[in-house]
Amino acid sequence: MGEVYVITSGKGGVGKTTTTANIGAALAMEGKKVVLVDADIGLRNLDVVLGLENRIVYDLIDVTEGTCRLKQALVRDKRFDSLYLLPAAQTRDKTAVSPEQMQDLCKELREQFDYVLIDCPAGIEQGFKNAVAGADKAIVVTIPEVSAVRDADRIIGLLASNDLPYPQLIINRLRIDMVKRGDMMNIDDTIDILGIDLLGVVPDDESIVVSTNKGEPVVADGNSLASKAFRNIAKRLEGARIPIMDLETDDSLMDKLKRLFGMGKK
Amino acid sequence: MFDFFKFFSKEESSSKNIAKERLKLVLIHDRANVSPKFLDMIKGDIMKVISDYMEFDSDEIDIRITRVQNEDSDYTSALIANIPIKKMKKIGKNPG
Repeated sequence: MGEVYVITSGKGGVGKTTTTANIGAALAMEGKKVVLVDADIGLRNLDVVLGLENRIVYDLIDVTEGTCRLKQALVRDKRFDSLYLLPAAQTRDKTAVSPEQMQDLCKELREQFDYVLIDCPAGIEQGFKNAVAGADKAIVVTIPEVSAVRDADRIIGLLASNDLPYPQLIINRLRIDMVKRGDMMNIDDTIDILGIDLLGVVPDDESIVVSTNKGEPVVADGNSLASKAFRNIAKRLEGARIPIMDLETDDSLMDKLKRLFGMGKK
Repeated sequence: MFDFFKFFSKEESSSKNIAKERLKLVLIHDRANVSPKFLDMIKGDIMKVISDYMEFDSDEIDIRITRVQNEDSDYTSALIANIPIKKMKKIGKNPG
């Protein structure tokens, strides 16, 4: 029996879809059987992030309405044999599926997969309610900005009232240079405000844009900081105790010397 | 974590501290699910009740919902009212 995670944030544009794709791919690299469910009906994007947009035949609504069997709608990833996508419908809206249907769907998926990761739409309305309905656990993605953290706090409250009281936090797009200057909230500030457990920190990394352009998860290429961060998150979900990456090790020697003498910009 | 070099920096005025303070305040209202208008209503009612017992300047009254740490270092919401008293009325004093 697999576990069902919903990946949510409240605010749009903080990296839910990228996070879902990369954690899923990283878990598949660990040998797990993973399905990614795009719950953003009408605004699907998980397919393009994974580069699977040309392979879609059926979608989630086709499954819930009985137009096709679940197996027919699952798209297998090109690179990872054990990674599958259940795409959202693009020409329908959130009202085409109900929380009860999502619960049934998750029940069916968890029997076939080790991990079911649901990419939740932005907002707190019907789409959110559908996405969380069948989930066992929740992951909240935020970026260290006032608006995103505020929305994350609201989502944490709403998750609690939907029987998901202990979500885990991913801080995305952390800019080390800005944190050092004191111009961006750091990891401790963000945890302090939101008061939930930290699952991982993903530094702001150009390689994300590059890999999304190409339609391949950043974890597939391996060397970037973001790639490493996502693979660490997958390992933590698997129960490994991996410390949060020391994001300051990419300092130049000069930076270190400056800080040593108190000359660096904090 | 203590950082010796923080001593030299303008830590208090950095923009991340401004962000943090603003967030803390806005989240108090978000979490308690109350509007400033709601607090004004509470303030009005409190003033009505205590005005029989004491005199105060209504502009000086500060009422807010905030998070406080209890003995177990858990955070709970608390209604804090700061009401500077100008003068006690006779009815509130001990006889004699």
